[in-house]
Formats: sequence, structure tokens, C-alpha cells
Amino acid sequence: MIPFAGWNLPVEYTGLLAEHKATRQAAGLFDISHMGQIRVRGCGALAALESLLANDPAKLRDGEGHYSFLTNEKGGVLDDLYVYRLGSEDFLLVVNASRHKEDLQTLVQGGHPNVKFIGEPGQSAGLALQGPKSEGILLRLVPEGTLLPAKNHLIQTKIQGMTAWVARTGYTGEDGFEIFTDTESGPKIWNAILEAGKKDGLLPCGLGSRDSLRLESGFPLHGQDLSPEITPLEAGLGFFVDLSRPRPFPGRAQLEKAKKDGVSRSSIGLVGQPNQPPPRHGYPVFLDGKQIGVVTSGVPSPTLGHGIALALVTTPAPVCGQDLEFEVRGRRIPAKVSPRRFLPKK
Amino acid sequence: MNTPNDLLYAKSHEWLRLEKDGATVGITDHAQSALSDVVFVELPKTGRKVKAGEVVATVESVKAASDIYAPVAGEITAVNATLPNDPGMINREPYGQGWLFRIQPEQPNPTGLLSSSDYTATLTR
Repeated sequence: MIPFAGWNLPVEYTGLLAEHKATRQAAGLFDISHMGQIRVRGCGALAALESLLANDPAKLRDGEGHYSFLTNEKGGVLDDLYVYRLGSEDFLLVVNASRHKEDLQTLVQGGHPNVKFIGEPGQSAGLALQGPKSEGILLRLVPEGTLLPAKNHLIQTKIQGMTAWVARTGYTGEDGFEIFTDTESGPKIWNAILEAGKKDGLLPCGLGSRDSLRLESGFPLHGQDLSPEITPLEAGLGFFVDLSRPRPFPGRAQLEKAKKDGVSRSSIGLVGQPNQPPPRHGYPVFLDGKQIGVVTSGVPSPTLGHGIALALVTTPAPVCGQDLEFEVRGRRIPAKVSPRRFLPKK
Repeated sequence: MNTPNDLLYAKSHEWLRLEKDGATVGITDHAQSALSDVVFVELPKTGRKVKAGEVVATVESVKAASDIYAPVAGEITAVNATLPNDPGMINREPYGQGWLFRIQPEQPNPTGLLSSSDYTATLTR
């Protein structure tokens, strides 16, 4: 167990590699109760969120979700989050544990008196069931005839009689579900899924495999690949910033300017070689002997058998296939630029 | 945790086996378990002279890179050549085939190292 944003979280249960492999090949179950769940309700909820979030929540239909950002006046990322529209003027935000309290402040300050932002740390439970066998496992626990949601959608249903929101989203790059419920039902649903998935090879998974799985799929981690000093455009996530809508949001003008003029830094993927030390957070990155940036997240990829990393480098950034180096303990290690999604998309 | 009685231990989780013609060094069962699956090992060059407590090797798991310190001063006389191709041996046999390097200690009777029971006590503290 390690301390993490006020929580004690397990790094691994049976072993990081076994958990990583189980999620890629069968299923993994993650306790994500540390992730903040903030319910936004009341007349003006949509308008309030439109004025705060970089992706436009007005695009969402009932039962649909998307990735978004809370940005500051510079366009930097205060937090990256998922926004689900539960109903008219009723939204669920799922935010990082480390930013939960600050996010609540930002939302309340930028909101409207009629809009309620509900959900302090520790008031809800969350589980992520991820991997190719997830659907089969979950179908055994929901009422017969339940139609599970499509990707990026959610439904309210009962899991062994307990009410929960079930979203087809995740942080592993695999098919899977995120389940949001109350703290009383959380552990019961956890046990029910563990039991139902046993024969499929499901394993409980800790923070360790959560990190290696997300990085193989190129997903950013706030505090490393994203921060108040890094904009979504620099991180290569401009797709999730909607500049086509009328309403302003913090940092919109800066992001529009950056989109027009180009960014001065850019996130790239980087692959190492087998039998070489893996890149890690903070390692300097070199092109033709000159430092051009730094590794923001790096790990020896369990699936690929060599190091992979996201690095923030100055532009013009080197292109895919180009050779560069990163520095490990005073030694330069060869690497190549790669797409930021290191595994083929599923 | 397995901590054989015939070895000496450093607080930084290396073990030392004194032999007639030198000593062998590895990491403890506790250390390999805390690191979990080892995926990369960087070993010192033979002939390198090291001080006690000097960083001589690095063991990397998916989670993190961990420095390995020389438990005694001396000269590196051999390294485990099988580890680069099979770093997981450190997890499977931390006290056997997963040894890291051999060292010729400067002093015949090393000081500052712990017995099995004293080392075990540091883990439960």
C-alpha cells in the first residue's frame, strides 16, 4: 500500500505483470474509489459547465460521456476529467483524486447559485472492470435482458440488486466498464465481480498495472503529462478542446492563439529497445546531442518488452521513426519517436 | 520472508555470502518482493574498485529503478552474466541463481553488516 492523494492504495495484489496481463487477455478489476465523483445538478448546470470545461458538454446527449479539461486562464490543465450527462441539467464529473478538492472550489466559484456540486472525497465508490472478458462477466451480474452501454455511454442499472451507474469507459485501452456507486454497495459489488470473473481469469489490480496499462495506450496522467503549466494542445489532446462553440471558458483565447500560431512544446511518444534501461519520468531527452525536452511518463512496457514513454519536447518536434536519446544515470540510451498510442487501438 | 542464516545483510537489502576466495552479493527476498517483477539489471564492470555503500548496480522493475549498494569495500571480480537475458531470476532465486556480482573484500572480516535475525528485525520495525 502507498499513500496517494490522501488515500492508501495498493500498488499490486498478485503482482504487477500478472495483473497487467490479466487485463489485456481476460479482465482486471480496479478500485477507483479515490477518483472524485462530483454530481452537478440544477437549473443552469449545463451553462455552468459550458463556461468551465474545454470540451463542450452541450454536445452530450443523456447517457453519454466524454473526456474534458478544467483549464486555467493560460489554457493549462487544472485537471483532466470525464463528464457524463445523466439527464437534463444533471451531470457526473469523474476527476483525479489529487485535484478533487481544488476542482470543487473551481466549480463552485465559477458556477451559478442554483447549481449544486455534490461529492466530497470519500463519499462514493468506484470500480473499473477492464479487459476483453469484462462484458461477459458483467452480464452475469445485471438483471436479465439488460443492454449494456456502448463505448462512452452509461446506464443506471442494478448489479446483484445494488444500484449503480455503469459506463463503458476506462483507463487501460481495453473494452471495459467503470461503475459508480455508494460506499456501502462498492465493496459488495467488488466481491461479486471478483467471484463472477474468477473462472475467466479476472484479477484484482493495483495502481502499478493501472499505470503501465494506461501508458501503453498513450493516456496521460495529470501531474506528469498534464499540469497547470501544460496545455491540452501541447499534450496532443486538442481533439478534446472544442473551440467551435460560442461560449467562452478559461484560457480559451490563449488556446485559440496557440492553435493558430502553433505550440512551442509538444508531447511525443518514444520507444526504447529490449535489454536497455527503460525511460522514466524526469529523464532528459536529446536530439543530435542537444536536449530538447524531458520524459513525462515512462515504463518498461510489459506487452512490448521494451521501454515506452511520453516526452514533452520543443517544437518542431522530431517525427515518427526519428532517432533520439534519453539519459539514464549519466548514460545516453537510443530511442525512436513513435505514435503516442503504443499498442494498436481496440 | 526468507533470510538464510549463513548470510550477512545490509540495511539497504543486499546480502553477502563470504566464501574462501571472496564473496557473492545479491538482493534479499524482501527486496525482490518489494520491487516485484525485475525487467532490467545494470551490473558493474569487473575489476572496478568500490567503497562500502557505493552504488554499484541498478535493478529495475516495471514500478521503479532501485540502486544497489556495495555491502563492503573491495574489487568486483565477476558479474552474473545470465541476468541481462533473464532478470526475473532475481525474483525466482534471490539467494541462488539470481546473485548479482562477486567481490574481493578489502577486509577479511567485514563490519557494519547485520545477521539474519537483526536484518529481519529491521523489516518488521
